[in-house]
Amino acid sequence: MVGSMTLGKRVLGIYLPLAFFIIFLLFPFYWMSLVSLKPTNDLFELKYNPFWLQTFTLENYLYLFQNTPFPEWVKNTIIVSLVSTVLSLACSILIGYALARLRFPGSNFLGVGIFLAYLVPPTLLFLPLSQVIGLLNLYNTYWALILTYPTQLIPFASWLLMGYFRTIPKEIEECAMADGCTRMEALIKIILPLSTPGLISAGIFCFTLCWNEFLYALIFMSSGPMKTIPVGTVSDLIKADTLFWGSLMASAVLGSFPIAILYSFFVKYYVSGLTAGAVKR
Amino acid sequence: MRRAVANGATALFLVSKVIGSETVKPRGGRSLRRLLDRESSLGIILMLPGALLLMVFMAYPFFLGIWLSLTDSVIGTMGDFIGFRNFVDLLGDSIFHQTARNTLIYAMVTVPFKAMLGLGLAMILSNRMPFSNPIRAAVMMPWIVPTALSTLGWFMILDPVFSPISWLLKSLGVIKQNINFLGNPNLAISSVCLVNIWRGVPFFGITILAGLQAVPHELHEAAAIDGANAWHRFLHITIPTIRGVVLIAGLLSIIWTFADFQLIYILTKGGPANTTHIFGTYAYQIGLSATDIGQGAAIALYMFPILSVFAVLLLIYLRRD
Repeated sequence: MVGSMTLGKRVLGIYLPLAFFIIFLLFPFYWMSLVSLKPTNDLFELKYNPFWLQTFTLENYLYLFQNTPFPEWVKNTIIVSLVSTVLSLACSILIGYALARLRFPGSNFLGVGIFLAYLVPPTLLFLPLSQVIGLLNLYNTYWALILTYPTQLIPFASWLLMGYFRTIPKEIEECAMADGCTRMEALIKIILPLSTPGLISAGIFCFTLCWNEFLYALIFMSSGPMKTIPVGTVSDLIKADTLFWGSLMASAVLGSFPIAILYSFFVKYYVSGLTAGAVKR
Repeated sequence: MRRAVANGATALFLVSKVIGSETVKPRGGRSLRRLLDRESSLGIILMLPGALLLMVFMAYPFFLGIWLSLTDSVIGTMGDFIGFRNFVDLLGDSIFHQTARNTLIYAMVTVPFKAMLGLGLAMILSNRMPFSNPIRAAVMMPWIVPTALSTLGWFMILDPVFSPISWLLKSLGVIKQNINFLGNPNLAISSVCLVNIWRGVPFFGITILAGLQAVPHELHEAAAIDGANAWHRFLHITIPTIRGVVLIAGLLSIIWTFADFQLIYILTKGGPANTTHIFGTYAYQIGLSATDIGQGAAIALYMFPILSVFAVLLLIYLRRD
């Protein structure tokens, strides 16, 4: 890590281990993409090297769009993720601001409560929650997920935003209020624009988690056309015969794609944000 | 997923000391304005929307779950109060014993591997190299993309017929017949642990990387000039700096893995012959598939004491000093 290494040392100490990590961590994605682009017959052809593409085809992707409810799943996943993210962000901005800036009875207790809520896993709650969803008549409606996802998102997003709000000097707000702004106006006009990186980061976090969520979606959205991409892929595309691999992998690739793009686009900012957080501590 | 994306630990770091703050005195004005400007009332008003959602869809189900676990409810009925019979029955259930054992293995044994590999990955990534941003984005993939979908990739990689691992070993002459990774109990639990490690390494990697980058480069250089070799610098500079981050990432990882569901649900559904269940999948099988929701709630609640221990450890660590 220090000074200049010779090329040989760099190859042995850095690039060789890096190659191991890249192969280990990325091979499943390579495999998924590969299978999704192969004609089904090629899978059974033993003389072919399975690690390479002999014939290229898009038939698996076509099948996905023409013969399965995949387009519906995409629509459902987008709607649920977007609405849930907006709802969670709105709640989290208010909570984060209250905990960062205001002194009120019970604020300490609520802060700890929100932190603990972050650690409550869905597996602890899904059985009773399924009864609550039934009671409210929300099965197979978007609301079932839009209202339950924020319980997983608000705690973390609130803590993240609270941290960001704390980095903004209080004096800026105080000036705005001395000039006649109310606290809410100061929040909306001064604090939020200054917190854009934090808001984007919290937004990506919420959106990804909604997109990826499995257990609640599996239970609450069990009707075919209402499924999300992960649940639909797992429950509808694995079939008893063995001809399903191509479309299964095509669906897995397409479902992972938007999230991978979203992250690769933000990764530079993302890591530097992490670093800033660590340094500030 | 959690689940929960990578900057969890570090953001908690960032915000660990923030509760309680000084603010300006409220200003006068009309009554609504005064209500919104007075800290004590405004604070509570701002908490309300989020708190309401958490109450209805988290706190209430939690207590409902405790009630259900004390009844003989099946799906669709309210059931009768039967005391602790569900909990007692489970203690005599050999599948439940196996489930508890599996969960411990699944959560505890995998964490050291994730931490070591994550540390290795972080140390590599902290070097200056070409394409470092695309590489960082790429190695984050296992943690970022939907676990259900990447697990399907593994589902095929571990398939008894189509596994590329079997193909490779066969063509190298190591084995004669395909390996049935998910069909044999020992291989199946090892396989799900491997996939779990695969998914967790990037989380540790990126978190430790953030910790590493908090150390000024000059510190390493100064130590090098003073004659510290790479191993000494690792031991006395790197390790102390990242200890906190590793601890937090480890505790979070244990909590998430302990309460996992989808990875096992997709790879084995708890099979073969119920040998790879963890609490989440067994609760699902008993509570929903077998409709015995009271018993299922009891299985899920058995997680609670252990989760609480790790949650409290984390809380204490973050709020020390």
